[in-house]
Amino acid sequence: MPAARRRQPGKFALGVVAGLVFAFLMLPLLVVFPISVSSASYLQFPPPGFSWQWYVRFLEDVTWVESAIRSFKVALLCTALSMALGVPLSFALVRSRLRGMRLADRLVAAPIIVPNIIISIAIYSLFSKLQLIGVWYGIAIAHTILALPFVVILVSAGLRTFDEAQEQAAMGLGATWGVAVWRITLPQLRPSLIAAAFLAFVTSFDELVIAMFLSGASMTLPKKMFDNIMLEIDPTIAAVSVMQIVLACICLGAAALFGRGVVPGTPR
Amino acid sequence: MPAARVATSVRPDPVRARERTLLLLATPALLVIGVLFVWPLLRLLSMSVADGTLVQFEKAALDVLYVTVLWESIEIGLIVTVICLLLAYPVAMWLVQTSRFGFILGMFFLLLPFWTSVLVRTYAWMVLLGRSGVINRALRDLGWIDAPLPLLHNRLGVLIGIVHVMLPYMVIPIYAALLRIDPDLRRAAEGLGAPAWRAFARITLPLSLPGVFAGCALVFVITLGFFITPALLGGGRVMMISMLIEQQVREFLDWNFAAALATVLLVVTLAVYAMLGRLTGGAGHAGR
Repeated sequence: MPAARRRQPGKFALGVVAGLVFAFLMLPLLVVFPISVSSASYLQFPPPGFSWQWYVRFLEDVTWVESAIRSFKVALLCTALSMALGVPLSFALVRSRLRGMRLADRLVAAPIIVPNIIISIAIYSLFSKLQLIGVWYGIAIAHTILALPFVVILVSAGLRTFDEAQEQAAMGLGATWGVAVWRITLPQLRPSLIAAAFLAFVTSFDELVIAMFLSGASMTLPKKMFDNIMLEIDPTIAAVSVMQIVLACICLGAAALFGRGVVPGTPR
Repeated sequence: MPAARVATSVRPDPVRARERTLLLLATPALLVIGVLFVWPLLRLLSMSVADGTLVQFEKAALDVLYVTVLWESIEIGLIVTVICLLLAYPVAMWLVQTSRFGFILGMFFLLLPFWTSVLVRTYAWMVLLGRSGVINRALRDLGWIDAPLPLLHNRLGVLIGIVHVMLPYMVIPIYAALLRIDPDLRRAAEGLGAPAWRAFARITLPLSLPGVFAGCALVFVITLGFFITPALLGGGRVMMISMLIEQQVREFLDWNFAAALATVLLVVTLAVYAMLGRLTGGAGHAGR
């Protein structure tokens, strides 16, 4: 009884600190909502009145809409590429016992820690030789390098919990290995695949540094935002930010609900 | 892998066939990584010695500006790591012991910023921290300050922005390490009369160290290469090494010198990561 009571103030303090940190994390995401519906022509807080004008301005500006569509295309192709490459690679990394696979494992994860600027200028230098600057699929191809580690981490984690004996059973009943994987393994991996696909999509959709070098005149949404922030801060960017936060919410929600591995571990 | 053993006993020489299939599956991805990551990286690094001498590195080492910028990046990396650690540890501890509802809510607060673009968050900080930004205005309306506080376009602004981006990277590994600790250990210590703080200092803290080191390695190394946040929140007054590299490529077209700076950054990054990685016993490594 005394021990339990003694721990209470500590628990309370922990809750307060956690609450403050969560407030710090959410504050910037929340602040753009009121600004995006402000009737003022400049950043004003609290906003003097309500208006959809900044959303309208976004939708009426061809360059904004085009860059948003381009970003969607880039992110979709990047997702497809990183899944097509990453899922088979995960099978090899988890199951192969070749010594080289350990090295491959490290190599795949490397883009997480190698600074983005280095990856960006390295690819920029190569792509300018190949004349891949200013084409949308060039950006998607480059983004694949950044998305691949996330796909491999999530899919490998899912694959490691899968009991391979089920595949053996299917093959014992006459299925080829490919059919066994397609009909038995992949359906059970679906949560990991969904989570991986959403994370790959978001990674590409939000990426700026590579896009800065590769996009040329045909800008992606983050590049267009960056240029606008550099020139002038008008609430159009707040409106775009709100749309991006809502998109992140949808992707995270879908990945958490239908996916696996996004929310690390559950207590108890 | 018991399944593999089953395969060995059932089929004639299946191991080699199996390895061959797996290698085949890995090949496209490894080719792409080779062509789009390893090859461009080596090409870039080799540019630093394109003149056949180390003159580019000499330039970097002798010029006060470049040394200062590298040092400033390392300093910012260290400060961000310490702040993140101090903020993340209590959050991770809270996540481990809270109710299921609290856990879901906490993870949402932690992961939503993580899934939101860095650019959006940096922009939001500009709105919050600027001279006539939300925070300064609120403080002035409350009558707490007369002149706006310098929160933006200086190191403070950059630190706030980077800590916000890096916090989840610190919380998750520490949380994972805390989750692995058998709660009976602490209960046993307390049952034997140890006060809560001592049970924490002698049991929880030491056992969570792999997670702490993994988080610190990630946060320090990724911070070192930051570009967008310092470029926007520093207002030209805070220079980090990534910005210097970008400037060399875009403004001066000095690829050889940019390559030398990139080499320095990469070597520091990998060295720190390898060093701290040793302390984590592999916990920081994503794959295994």
